[in-house]
Order: sequence, then C-alpha cells, then structure tokens
Amino acid sequence: MPDAEEFALSCPIPIDQYPRIVMAHGGGGTLMHQLISGMFRPAFGNLLLDAGHDGAVFPLTGERLAFTTDSYVVHPLFFPGGDIGTLAVNGTVNDLAMCGARPLYLSAGFILEEGLSMDTLWRVVCSMARAAEAARVQVVTGDTKVVDKGKGDGIFITTTGVGVIRHALSITPSSVRPGDLVLLSGDIGRHGIAVMSVREGLAFEGAIESDCAPLADLVASLLEAGIEIHCLRDLTRGGLAGALVEIARDGGGAVSIEERVIPICEAVQGACEMLGLDPLYVANEGRFIAFVPPGAAEPALTIMRAHPLAASACVIGRVAGEPPGLVTTKSPIGTTRIVQMLSGEQLPRIC
Amino acid sequence: MKFLDEYRDAEVAAAYARALEHLTMRPWTIMEVCGGQTHTIVKFGVDALLPREITLVHGPGCPVCVTPVELLDKAMEIASRPEVILCSFGDMLRVPGSARDLFSVKATGADVRVVYSPLEAVGLAQENPAREVVFFAVGFETTAPANGMAVIQAHRLGLRNFSLLTAHVLVPPAMEAILSSRSNRVQGFLAPGHVCTVVGFSDYERIAERYRVPIVVTGFEPTDILQGLHMCIKQLEEGRATVENQYSRSVRREGNTAAQAVIRDVFRVCHRRWRGLGEIPQSGLALQEKYSSFDAETRFGMAGPVKAESSECQSGLILQGALRPEGCPAFGSRCTPERPLGAPMVSSEGACAAYYRYRLSAAENPGPATRQNPPVPPFGKGGQGGDFETRQSVQ
Repeated sequence: MPDAEEFALSCPIPIDQYPRIVMAHGGGGTLMHQLISGMFRPAFGNLLLDAGHDGAVFPLTGERLAFTTDSYVVHPLFFPGGDIGTLAVNGTVNDLAMCGARPLYLSAGFILEEGLSMDTLWRVVCSMARAAEAARVQVVTGDTKVVDKGKGDGIFITTTGVGVIRHALSITPSSVRPGDLVLLSGDIGRHGIAVMSVREGLAFEGAIESDCAPLADLVASLLEAGIEIHCLRDLTRGGLAGALVEIARDGGGAVSIEERVIPICEAVQGACEMLGLDPLYVANEGRFIAFVPPGAAEPALTIMRAHPLAASACVIGRVAGEPPGLVTTKSPIGTTRIVQMLSGEQLPRIC
Repeated sequence: MKFLDEYRDAEVAAAYARALEHLTMRPWTIMEVCGGQTHTIVKFGVDALLPREITLVHGPGCPVCVTPVELLDKAMEIASRPEVILCSFGDMLRVPGSARDLFSVKATGADVRVVYSPLEAVGLAQENPAREVVFFAVGFETTAPANGMAVIQAHRLGLRNFSLLTAHVLVPPAMEAILSSRSNRVQGFLAPGHVCTVVGFSDYERIAERYRVPIVVTGFEPTDILQGLHMCIKQLEEGRATVENQYSRSVRREGNTAAQAVIRDVFRVCHRRWRGLGEIPQSGLALQEKYSSFDAETRFGMAGPVKAESSECQSGLILQGALRPEGCPAFGSRCTPERPLGAPMVSSEGACAAYYRYRLSAAENPGPATRQNPPVPPFGKGGQGGDFETRQSVQ
C-alpha cells in the first residue's frame, strides 16, 4: 500500500494549532469544519462530497439515491426521551430525510467495550429495532467489534443509510435563493439539555426529554404535497445556529432570523440561563429547518403543524443575497447582531 | 419566560433609550465592570440604542481573562501528573497558557474534568482516595463562597487528597487601579451585580467618595444595563457621585453575610498578578494559614517564575477599557477563538469573544450596532499596564 509520502499528501492543518485531536474537533463547530475542509475534503475530494450536505445524492440505474453515514457516541447511553440506539437509527434516517430521500436500508456497526453488560446491549438493540420499525427502515447488514476494557465508552455505533429520491427537486444548500423563508419545525434545545441533565446530575424542574425522532415521514408529507423545498437541514450538535451558518456558507446566501419567534420551552430556557448556554447552540435530534420560496411557506406550515413532530413549526427568518455566508439575528430589544458558529461545544460559564 | 422576558422587552428598552437621549447633555465614558454585562451589551446591541455622547468601555471583570499565565501553566503542569484529577469550570479549558491549553493537556492523557460546582470536586476526592483531586478555583467574589465551602467540606471530611489552585481576584482594587491611572477616562461605573449580591456595596461607597465617581450596582439583562446607565448618567449630569443600586432584586447593601463569613474563614486577602494588567496590591484571595494543607501550590511545590505573556496580545489594554477589541490589529486575523493569543478571545465573558461572536469588524458591517467609539489612549506610557503599584502610591 502506498504511504502518504508517495501521494505527496501533507497535513494541511498547521500543527501549531492543535497537534492532537481535542474534544472540540467533534463539537460540530468551526474546529470540526476545519478538520473537514482542511483534511477530509482535500484527501477524498469529489463533487458529491463537496456539496457539503447531510448525505450524498447520486443517480443509479434510473433512480436517484441518497447515501449517508454517522457515528454515535453519547454518555450516558440512556437519557430521558431516548438512548444511543434511538439516536443511531433516527440520526441517519434524518440525514437521509434532509436529502429529500425516503430512507430504505441501514447498516449498523457496533464497537463494544469489553465488560459491557449483555442486558445493556439488548436494551439498545431493542431500541434500535423499535426506532427502525417506526421510521420504516430495515437494518440489513452490520458488524461487531470488541475493544479492551477502558478503550471504549460502553457502546459506539455507526449507522450508514441508503434512501431513494422520488421527486425532481434538488434539495441542497446551493438551491437556496434570496427571498426564501426559513421554517423551523419546533422548539429547540431539548436533546442537549436532556443529556446534560443526566450526565451532570443536574436536576431541573420538570424533566426535559430529548426531542429524538425520525423526520422522514414529515418530510415525505411535504414532498408528496408538492411543496417546493430548496434545502433541509436537521439541527444536531451545532444547534440551530450551526445549521444556519452551514447553509449560509455552503449556499452563499445571507440569512436573517428573528430570535423572538424561535420556540424554546421554559424548562430549556431556564436551564440555559442557569448554565450560561445559548439555546441557539444547544443540540437537537428531532428538529429541522426548511428553506422554501415565500409562496410555499404557508402550505408547508399547515402540513407541518398537522404532524405531531412539528406542531409549533414557524417562520424564523428569510434569505437575502448579500453579504454571502452571513447569518444575522434581530435581538429581542430590536437591534441586530451576527450569528457565528462556535469552535466546539459550548462550555458552561464560571459565574 | 417569567422574570426574564420583561428585562428583554423592546418597548422598555426603547423607552430607556429615549430617556437617555433626553437626559444626556455632555459626553460621558462609562465602564461596565463585569464580563457578563459586556456580553449582554454586545449580544443584545445595547450600545446601538445609546446617544452618541455615551461611550461604553469594557472592564476587567472576566475572571478567566485575568488569571495569569503562570497559574494556567501551573494548572497544566499539575494536571499532567498521573495521580492528579484536575477539576475546572469549562470556561478555563480553552484559555492558552504560555504554550498550550488544558484541552491539549487533556488530549495527551491528563485527567481534566469539567465540573459545575466545586463540591463535585470534593465528591471526586472521596470517590478516588488514591488520586489527588485539584480544583482550579477561579473567579471574583461571586465564586469564592462556594469554593470556600468546598474547602470547609473537605476539611470536615478529613480529606487529604483534595486541594485548591487558587486564582481568586477582587473587584474593588481593580477599579481603584483603573481610577488611579493618570490617563483614566472612566467617569462612571456599572458595578457587577452578582459580586455585590455576595459582598454588598459598602466598599464601593468608599471608592465613589474617594474618587468622586458615580457607581451604579447593575444587573445583567438589557434593560438592567439601560436603567443602570440612566442612573449613572443622571448622577454625572447632576454632579453627584454616590453608589446607587439598580439591581435591588438581588443586591442588599450588606450583601450575603453568611457567604462573606465563609470567604473570611477560608481566604485571606493577598497581592495578585492579573493577566495583562500586572500586580495589583491586595487584589486577590489566598487560603488562610489554617487551610494551607489544601493549597495545591504548596502541595505540588510550584513556585514557578513569572511568565511573559504573548507580546502580540493586547488584553491588558482591553481589560482596562483602553482598547476596544476590534481596535486590536490581531483581532479576527491572528487571534480567533480557534487560535487565541489571549484569554479574552476564548472566555465566555471575554470582551474579544463577545465582539468576535456577535459583531463583524467595522469594515464588514458599518451598521449602527457596530458603531465605533473614539479610541481611548492607553494607561501610562507603558501601554500594557503592569505598574499599578506605583500609580496607587500617588494617591
């Protein structure tokens, strides 16, 4: 096998930045994007990858397919509203849904840590089976590896998914146009706060459950109704802000939102205030944003609000042409500020 | 959300803005001391609502930013020892020391843990009797009582494997240092509401009288800041200089006396070096003699030399309100949250982080929210501070 030198590959990330991977490289913020744009994209460079979407979309014998993969590491494995198994199925299902695809098949790769209780694994596997059934996908292939005790965190799961696209739209950041409205499917921040509350033993008044859910049905009902969708993105680690910035950057538009109208439940808002976190950056697992032309917003909202996963769907902003790549928000007191991607995950403040 | 939305109300904010417009006759420079207030101002664009005559300068009240490099280096050195679990608030992890940050140290295998309360660190010490648990005690008077409680608790439990790396600092000496500077332009202060919730504001009355400067104890929401400014400007326009309390829903004049008793029991006042500012006399807290066995610096024998700070980082000027973040030549180019030159770019209360996160440079966005205030000359001729001791003796 030829080594890196033969290919004249050099590490493009200046080693004086971080010579080793730090946790923030997986936080869904700028450090992760630095890794993707500086290392993965140049190494694997191709048009499908360069589209920068949640999955790759390509034609194959007359059908358009969507293809995506995601790895799941979460501590603790079980949290209010879900567990690593539901995440592993729904996360990949949602990435396919965001390509406008009907998810069909998943693979599941398990990396198990020596000593993991069989009962724990069974609970996770049962969750995956239930989630797959609910999302109408089949787990059709898989792999199991076991690592020494201390070299894993119980269970790591990788799922890869294939879906089929049965419409003519091109749902991708580059389809976003000035004038498009930004729809948000529901209240934000539940997943991040739910996981944090059990991980850190923080007891908040009123249990906050993760929003973890499969979004493919909801997206399918929009597509079946003929809604002209320009782009979709589910909100994950980088939160609503991360998703908006990614689409503005990759699509070359300017997005302005209004913070006041973004739904956030009181329990999440209260937890964020106490911990010094901005809910715009808190993780979600069952919410998405949709970019649609102005005329499509009302019919889309009607369909979304009729679905149990998007009852509080609303318009949160619009797209302008200039300046490209910029996200701004109107603050509650009426002034305007920019919305940036964070370096990594938000860290709770000192006081 | 109740008790929150009413302090972020656009109409109330607009009413205060109109009142300030009506009230303000002359140019005034006001410093908000706390980094939390700075973030509210920048995030909500409070300054965009102010009349041109009012210049806001951002103060030194970011505990992460003022923690000296040598203490960060010590924390990293301690964390690198195999027997140690270093506990820290999340904020500290990305702050660069002289060569690296705690994140990088963690990536090389050190056991660095983010905690939400110092008592969690005490719990870790109980659970891990064979390990040394060190808590990086950073902060102003606000965090000192809880950190003090952790020491008292560890003492009660007879723990021998728990210690504190203390980096506590006090607000009033820093305000006095700023006011005693010959080139000081600050004419009024918004004092930090949470610090005053703990210690009250009688110390501030002495400062207001001695330096003839109005001080308004102020909260952290946009309309708190606007009301605090209104009270401060009113005093200035009327030629008064007293302490007033805008944040009365949290602050009493005498403060939280039980918390103060904990601080007095556990800590004593000491000289302390502030990152970017130099040594300020009587401006820090160290452990009392009776708790000296909980002092990580003695336990790990770390009397290290004072480290030079990045010559490019202008945090000294930023922390004195003498330079605005976007006025720093490295801002957003050689200094970013991904590759910070100094702490104000990575701390959640740092002024540079606030500007980077919520503003563009003036060139990119000439809108009202980024209106530039006139440059303020630096303190003294040295520029980066560090000579507060001599300035104070002038008084």
